[in-house]
Amino acid sequence: MPHALATPDSYLTDFRTFETSLPDEGPDWIREVRQQALARFRELGFPTARRGNEKWKYTNVRPIADATFSYPFDAGAEVNLADIRSVAPWDDGWATVVFVNGRYSPALSTVVALDGVRVTNLEEAVRADGDVIERHLARHATFEDDGFTALNTAFLRDGAFVHVSEGESLQSPLHLIFVTAEGAEPGVSYPRTLIVAGARSELTVIESYVSLSSSRYLTDAVTEIVIGDGAQVDHYKLLLESEGAFHVATSRVYQSEDSVFTSTSYARGAAIARNDIRVLLDAPGSSCTLNGLYLTSGSQHIDNYINIEHAKPHGTSRLFYKGILDGESKAVFGGTVLVQPGADKTDAYQEDKNLLLSEKAEVASKPSLEIYADDVKCGHGATAGTIAEDAIFYMRSRGLDVETATAFLIEGFASGILDKVRVQPLRAFLEKLTAKALRGSRFGQAS
Amino acid sequence: MTTPVKQKVISRKTTDLDTDYKWGFVTDIKSDLAPKGLNEDIIRLIVDKKNEPEWMLEWRLRAYRHWMKLNYEEPKWAKIHHPPIDFQDIYYYASPVKEKRPGSLDEVDPELVEAFNKLGIPIEEQKKLSGVAVDAIFDSVSIATTYKKTLEELGIIFCSVSEAVQKHPELIKKYLGSVVPYTDNFYASLNAAVFSDGTFAYIPPGVRCPLELMTYFRMNTEGTGQFERTLIIADEGSYVSYLEGCTAPMRKSNQLHAAVVELIALDNAEIKYSTLQNWYPGDKEGKGGVFNFVTKRGKAAGVNSKISWTQVETGSAITWKYPSVILQGDNSVGEFYSVALVNNYQQADTGTKMIHIGKNTKSTIVAKGISAGHGQNTYRGLVKIMPSATNARNFTRCDSLLIGDKCGAHTVPYIEVRNPTAQMEHEATTSKVSDDQLFYCMQRGISEEDAQHMIINGFCRGIFKELPFEFAMEASQLLKVSLEGAVG
Repeated sequence: MPHALATPDSYLTDFRTFETSLPDEGPDWIREVRQQALARFRELGFPTARRGNEKWKYTNVRPIADATFSYPFDAGAEVNLADIRSVAPWDDGWATVVFVNGRYSPALSTVVALDGVRVTNLEEAVRADGDVIERHLARHATFEDDGFTALNTAFLRDGAFVHVSEGESLQSPLHLIFVTAEGAEPGVSYPRTLIVAGARSELTVIESYVSLSSSRYLTDAVTEIVIGDGAQVDHYKLLLESEGAFHVATSRVYQSEDSVFTSTSYARGAAIARNDIRVLLDAPGSSCTLNGLYLTSGSQHIDNYINIEHAKPHGTSRLFYKGILDGESKAVFGGTVLVQPGADKTDAYQEDKNLLLSEKAEVASKPSLEIYADDVKCGHGATAGTIAEDAIFYMRSRGLDVETATAFLIEGFASGILDKVRVQPLRAFLEKLTAKALRGSRFGQAS
Repeated sequence: MTTPVKQKVISRKTTDLDTDYKWGFVTDIKSDLAPKGLNEDIIRLIVDKKNEPEWMLEWRLRAYRHWMKLNYEEPKWAKIHHPPIDFQDIYYYASPVKEKRPGSLDEVDPELVEAFNKLGIPIEEQKKLSGVAVDAIFDSVSIATTYKKTLEELGIIFCSVSEAVQKHPELIKKYLGSVVPYTDNFYASLNAAVFSDGTFAYIPPGVRCPLELMTYFRMNTEGTGQFERTLIIADEGSYVSYLEGCTAPMRKSNQLHAAVVELIALDNAEIKYSTLQNWYPGDKEGKGGVFNFVTKRGKAAGVNSKISWTQVETGSAITWKYPSVILQGDNSVGEFYSVALVNNYQQADTGTKMIHIGKNTKSTIVAKGISAGHGQNTYRGLVKIMPSATNARNFTRCDSLLIGDKCGAHTVPYIEVRNPTAQMEHEATTSKVSDDQLFYCMQRGISEEDAQHMIINGFCRGIFKELPFEFAMEASQLLKVSLEGAVG
């Protein structure tokens, strides 16, 4: 792509220091991957030029490109569990793995000792689980055409590695917490997650991005999820970064035969956030459901960019995203269903609904279908609008005041997504968070 | 109201089973060709030939210089593929040889009259279509316009753009390029520089045009580009219904058609624009055919104005076209009804743009795409609600039908909402002809092929009913012929 800008030098200097700081052992291939990724990042840069660049048509990353973020070489930020519990959902029954500024924190993490389940830091896994890692790491999230993924891959070191063996299942959810601590200067973290679910295994993972910092920083995250035959993965992503943060996340999901993937994305925080999800249904009978709720206010900008690719027959996909927009915020939705030749009997549906609460809020929605097989059933829908006056009127005629009626309607709108959260303590946490966010909105204290 | 029409307007032999493109004949007529290629001299030559005033030359040159800055880089975002076009290997001016524009039809070359007769568009006075005033355009040059007298009595101007430049310069100066400026896009710039002719219509205040106005475009000469420009102005409180039809001979090489259409509706005026696009689509292997790169846009400038586009697109090797409406006046209405069909190796990337600026503006989009053979069909549309467009309303529905497993159907809507009082909905579906429906028809004794046609016709019914009656008949036939061999 021709639309790149010169790479800021800070990333290159940081990379050199980063490379020398790495331990000597460790396989050669990962060193090569890092170097290739850095070279690619130098060619691609950040996607700042948007003319003719469909992928970034509505999101301007110039504020990210123009700023300087430094790599946190001293992983010694003081963070304790109580701090984390004040910002992230918590349940004592969940196994928890914590990363501070992108670096693994053994002190804050629980040790998972279960048969057939391996949860560890990527740096350790690269040494110990060579085979699985080499087969999957950086194979699904390719960095050829994406500057952010390339940059993350160049700084690949710490991260979560989750491997569930064939037929095994993890009874309680696994919680991966990526926390950004207060720092002296704007920092960048490169969270990385690799989840490999063996055939017929079951797993629930929560990925939380939270912040204890109020300053500006960049999170450049990459997640790869590989789902084996007949396996089921239930994935939750919580975006609760600080108001000044930039968050760019790339998720790549690979599905095998008859596998089931469920994803729920909850996006509240960050000044500019981008969620790029791509699900590849690469075997017959696989299905996925993607739910999402985004709440924006102030001058926030949230971009959900989702591609679902049906490569084989008998696949099913569902996507339901909803947005509640307040202030001068802007939400972008770009969803594509791609049906490859031969992927007959595909059944796909996408829906993006937006509720605009303020005069300055903006939404750009682009659901698209790209179909190359004929025996399919595909559809999509998108809506945007404000709260229906008739509905308010109806409720007022039953004796409810405007505030309560409005709150009911907004909550009802949000519950369409929140009700689908299957982890009970998590749902309660999100409901509370949503109610709090909406109380602060204009309609929470409507005229 | 338009006068009732008794005869079937376009009597082409669509019933016989010869599936080839029936409008592919070549008329052997001498044409006056400018040398191939494009430069400032060619533009001066065109201006000279057409005896245009100085300000037209300047406008064209400005457009040409802007186009040159684009460095032959065509827009790349559409989902279409074609070999690079050599813009210097095209004749930019072709006209049937005639010293001057014929004063009456008796002076029109009988070959030309015959050509249009073959197309089912008689232009002789005694045979002319009742209820439809036709402007016949042959290789970018207007040949004849029927019913001129009747229209003149009402103050309606319906003539070629060339004539309008001479006789009504004030209107041309005011409106030409006011909706599609020459900087708008690559092909619009090219068109502004070299357009040779087109249709001009002006409906004075308060007049309901009693006839359907029609332009019939015919491309004949090999290696020519066709660049016409249509400008329709509906003054306050007026109404006009306009039809556009087009065909071209079968050629092995591709022909470029880059037209611009501008519509302006002032207060309380309404324009209804219907297109039956049947340019030569190329042969079964995808050789030849017309590249149809067209910019069509209407400005609903006045309060309560309305612009409605209806298009049936069955022809062209490639269609790249987005008839749009700028809803500027308060309470203005924009509509887009489309059927786009691709078969064999045809490609279509078509849709609309609805830009809501005024208060209480309303737009409706209904697009039906049919893909067969190796055809690739894309709906691409933009609905934009500006902050000023309080209570704007949009409804969009896009349906695609797939016939065969080699074709593709794509839907790419862009929705941008910047006012919370807006209400907009978009819905799209893609599927094949349902087996259940086919089974039901067949068990009632209807053959599979007839059943397919019935279902496809039903699929497009909502669009066809927006067309003037005779055009709807024609469209339905055209669909059947275009799909011959693809179904059953």
